[in-house]
Amino acid sequence: MVAVVPALLGLAFLVLPLLGLVIRAPWPTLPERLAEPGVLTALRLSLQTATTATAACLLVGVPLAWVLARTRFPGRQLVRALVTVPMVLPPVVGGVALLLVFGRRGVVGSWLDSTFGVTLPFTTTAVVMAQAFVAMPFLVIAVEGALRGADTRYEEAAATLGAGRWTTFRRVTLPLVAPGVAAGAVLCWARALGEFGATITFAGNFPGRTQTMPVAVYLALETEPEAAIVLSLVLLVVSIAILASLRDKWLTGGSAA
Amino acid sequence: MGSSRATGPPAGLVATALVVALAVAGCGGSADADPPEEGVGGTVTIFAAASLTEPFGRLGEDFEAAYPGATVVLNFAGSATLAQQINEGAPVDVFAAADPTSMQLVADGGGTGVSPATFARNQLVIAVGPGNPLGIAGLADLPGLTVALCAEQVPCGRAAQRALAAAGVALTPATLERDVKAALAKVELGEVDAALVYRTDVRASEQVDGVEFPESAEAVNDYPISVLDDAPNPTAAAAFVELVLSEAGQAVLADAGFARPS
Repeated sequence: MVAVVPALLGLAFLVLPLLGLVIRAPWPTLPERLAEPGVLTALRLSLQTATTATAACLLVGVPLAWVLARTRFPGRQLVRALVTVPMVLPPVVGGVALLLVFGRRGVVGSWLDSTFGVTLPFTTTAVVMAQAFVAMPFLVIAVEGALRGADTRYEEAAATLGAGRWTTFRRVTLPLVAPGVAAGAVLCWARALGEFGATITFAGNFPGRTQTMPVAVYLALETEPEAAIVLSLVLLVVSIAILASLRDKWLTGGSAA
Repeated sequence: MGSSRATGPPAGLVATALVVALAVAGCGGSADADPPEEGVGGTVTIFAAASLTEPFGRLGEDFEAAYPGATVVLNFAGSATLAQQINEGAPVDVFAAADPTSMQLVADGGGTGVSPATFARNQLVIAVGPGNPLGIAGLADLPGLTVALCAEQVPCGRAAQRALAAAGVALTPATLERDVKAALAKVELGEVDAALVYRTDVRASEQVDGVEFPESAEAVNDYPISVLDDAPNPTAAAAFVELVLSEAGQAVLADAGFARPS
C-alpha cells in the first residue's frame, strides 16, 4: 500500500502533459487542420521510416544481442557499453556524428559519393539511418535480456540431438525469446517514431522527403502553436493505438507462459 | 544612459572612450569609476535571434563590465522559437528579433506588451565553401545544386523567399533548416553547396565565403528590440537596450556586419 501514492504521483507526472495537449487542442478547427495535406504526408513518412528502421534493427540487432549474451570474447563489456551509447548520447550529437561519417565529406560518405555517386544526407534513407542509430540499442538490450533469461538447456538438448548452431538458433532460441524480441521491436519502433534531434541534423527537413512528424511539430511550433498541438495529438493517438494493439496481440499472448 | 550622458562630450568621443574603457576593463583594469546609471544590477535576461549570437555576446560582456552588479543571461535561438517561449511565460527582460513579424508574435501573444525600436538591418548573401569552388555568382546559379534554406517559419526563410521571388528563381532546396545558424553549419560541414544566410553569419564564420547578390536588397530584415512590459528587471533591461542603441553598441553591430537602421 505504501507504493500507491508514489505510483500515482509517477503516473500523474507522465499523463498530465498529455492531458495538457488534449486540453489545449483547438477542437473547433481540428477537422480542417487534420485535412491539411502536410499532416498526412508527415505521418505517412514517419510510419514508413520508423517501420523500415525497426526492420533493419531486427536484422542486425538480434544477432548482435545473441553475440553479447551467448559468446565470450575479450572486450565484451566494452562492446556492450558502446552499443548502449546512443541511448545516453544527445540525439543531435548522434546526428552530427552520422554527418561526419556518412556526409559528403565523411569517411564513408565521400567514398560512397566518389564510387557510387550516392549522397545520404537530406534523403529518406538518412531519416531511417538516424532513427536506427538511436533506436537499435533498445532492441539489443531487450533481446539480450531475454536471451540471458532463457534456459540454455533447451539449446544444449537441441545441440546434443544433432542440430547445428543455426538450426538451434532458428528453431529453439528464437521461439524461446520471441516475446523479448517483440518487446524490443516495439520499443525500438516507438523510439524511432519519436526521433527528432538526429533526424533534423543528419537528414534535414523537407516535406515528403525528410520531414517526419516530430520535425513537423517543431517547425509548426515556431509560428503556429495550435498546428503543432494538432500534429502532436495525431502522433500521440497513432502511437498509443499501435502500442496498445501490439501489446495485446504479441506481448501478453506470447509471454503468458 | 540618462541625462548625465546627454550633457557630456560628443557621442562619438563617448563611444570611443567607452570601447577603450571596456577593453581595458577586460584586461583587469579599473574603468568602473563612473557607472553610467544608478540602480542597474541583478540578472537581466536577453532573448535574441540566432544571427545576433556574436555581437550580443560581446555586448553582454560590455554590459557586465559597465555595470559590475549586473549579470547578463543570453538565450539565442530562432526568433519564432523565442517568441513562442515568451508567449508561454518565460521570464524575459529584453527580446531582440530578426524581423518585425517575430516581434509581432509576442505583441499578438497577449502575454506581455512590447515597445520595439529598430536597432539593426541585415541582408542575405549566398554562403559557399571556401574560395567558392563552384563559382556561384548569383541566385540563378543555385537551381540544380544542393542548397540549404531556412524554413519559412523563421525570418531568414521569409527573406530567402522574398529574394528568390524578386530574382524569379524557382529552387527546390535539399533542406529547410530550423534557424540561420543550422543552415550555415551545413555549408561549413560541406554537406550543401550553398545556403542563403545573413551577411553577418558569413562574416562570423571562418569556414565559408559569401557571395553578394542584388536581389538581397528586396529582402532586408529590420531587427527590432524591446524591453518587455513584464520584464522582471526593467531598469537593467532599459540600460541594455540603451547600450544596443548607443554609438558603442552600434559599433559592435557594425563590426559584425550589420547595417544601421535607416
